[in-house]
Amino acid sequence: MIFVKAFVIGGLICVIGQILLAKTNLTFARILVIFVVSGVVLSALGLYGPLVDFAGAGATIPLTGFGHTLAQGVKIAIQTDGWVGILTGGVTATAGGIAAAVFFGYLNALIFNPKTKK
Amino acid sequence: MEKRTGRTIRLQKKIRFAGCASIAGPMEGEGPLGSCFDQVLEDDLWGENTWEKAESKMFYEAVRLAIAKSGMSMEDMHFLLGGDLLNQLIAASFAARQIDIPFLGLYGACSTMAETLSLGSMLLDGGFAEQVVCCATSHFSTAERQFRFPLEMGAQRTPTAQRTVTGAGATVLTSKYGPGPYITHVTIGRVVDFGIKDANNMGAAMAPAAADSILTHLEDTQTRPEDYSAIFTGDLGTFGLEILRDLLIKAGVDPKDVLRDCGAEMFAPEQDTHAGGSGCGCSGITLNGRLIPELQKGELDRILFIATGALMSTVSSQQGESIPGVAHVVQIERGAQ
Amino acid sequence: MESYEAKKGEPQAKETAQAYNAYILNRMPKTKVLQGCIKAFIVGGLICCIGQVFIEIGQNYMGMEALDARGFASICMVIIGATLTGFGVYDIIGKFAGAGSVVPITGFANSIVAPAIEFKREGLVLGVGANLFKIAGPVLVNGISASVVYGLLYFLFLR
Repeated sequence: MIFVKAFVIGGLICVIGQILLAKTNLTFARILVIFVVSGVVLSALGLYGPLVDFAGAGATIPLTGFGHTLAQGVKIAIQTDGWVGILTGGVTATAGGIAAAVFFGYLNALIFNPKTKK
Repeated sequence: MEKRTGRTIRLQKKIRFAGCASIAGPMEGEGPLGSCFDQVLEDDLWGENTWEKAESKMFYEAVRLAIAKSGMSMEDMHFLLGGDLLNQLIAASFAARQIDIPFLGLYGACSTMAETLSLGSMLLDGGFAEQVVCCATSHFSTAERQFRFPLEMGAQRTPTAQRTVTGAGATVLTSKYGPGPYITHVTIGRVVDFGIKDANNMGAAMAPAAADSILTHLEDTQTRPEDYSAIFTGDLGTFGLEILRDLLIKAGVDPKDVLRDCGAEMFAPEQDTHAGGSGCGCSGITLNGRLIPELQKGELDRILFIATGALMSTVSSQQGESIPGVAHVVQIERGAQ
Repeated sequence: MESYEAKKGEPQAKETAQAYNAYILNRMPKTKVLQGCIKAFIVGGLICCIGQVFIEIGQNYMGMEALDARGFASICMVIIGATLTGFGVYDIIGKFAGAGSVVPITGFANSIVAPAIEFKREGLVLGVGANLFKIAGPVLVNGISASVVYGLLYFLFLR
């Protein structure tokens, strides 16, 4: 059941992105920014947490989930560490994903050459 | 006789195409014009380690081949006029350091081929040279990274997006006696901007410039579209071509089936390039690989060649500027054989 | 001759530009929105399902808490996105799926790995190093800043 929920919610979030792409002239980077910032805002408003509980990866894998992780990281860090958590919480919670992307980006650059599109 | 009528220059001497060369990339070679080109690359790196170097090599080899086909040698050339799409014209300039011909680097975005031919023919007509070589080159992969996205990026393209042509076209022009085709008139375009900002819609951005130049040329020469076997724009693409047709009809000139576009005919529909080809190589290889040979064979008699350029940069786009367009008209006639 | 100040910033007359833009918008070949949405839905949904597989693995076989399992799944998806980009597959998926492969975190990985590979020829420091975050940089800058603003508000008013 959780897979069906993940499929539908994840798919729908992507459809929002597709509509933005088709109806506006927003670039790749802007779409990504909009999703992450929306994730932070929705999480702050307490709306994104229930969606994650409901749809699992359907809510965490889209970039709005990345924003949610940032916001939740800050919240939890403030609860445990006090004011310093404002600055440390977000990056700490997302460090795994960021470091993985940086490292594998670097590694792939060493291994692969760019290829012309067909 | 006056050399200028309105904005159109009427060349007094017979400026003749003495040698033409076209080098095309793999995908262009698979397109409908594949058999027209002198050389089709199997790999667009062409044995170099960067695409920029490959583009430079295309420029060099196209110039060399055009001179060889003219039956002359490098020493006979008085000027080399050339350009490409890259910042500071690195493809053309770096190729030119291996070519011992006085060099003028020209940036006209995708209008470069017509820009070099215009200036080249004026140099010849003015008597400042007897032979010049003109060349324009572009490369999909160098243009893509400079103007758009990294190649591995999974971004969708819009229906009006065009694909930069990998190719180099070179022409040797001479004022010495010989068989045609000949350049008879040249109209230098004004920069026209109708406020289009979408870099994926360059056809629409350039169409007003093309319309302005074509209308000016027709008026100055007192001709109509029917007087030409074809009017070829450079790289408006399928959508830009429709817009240009609309603009001309609105101005009271119906181009009917005479009006065509190099970009729209560069790729087959199944190659899925959306609105067609673009880049200065697009009009460059079409002119040298297809149009001039067709004029020589008598399949075309008198044509207008209008290379169109979109004069934006990544900086201007990011700063929210619209895209100015420019288009230069070169009238080419088969002449008496 | 009109002065530069009078002429600049007005590509032709403003009305002409507006009229032309409206006309172009009207004439533009229509993007197939529904078809694009269906493709994005299917591919995006499938990517999330793969992510769910990793959450299940984390929870059921590696003894992780829910929160850790989600982090683990995200990292796995980043690695998959990065690898597919390296092999030149992700841009093909992207051409088909549009936002379906942009919005998931694999798209974030793609936006880091693609420029990294592209700028390899400009060297490892100023090429790869400087361009790695060309597209993802704005995402992190805005995302992290938003989270700090939220943290500040939370610390001051909600705690």
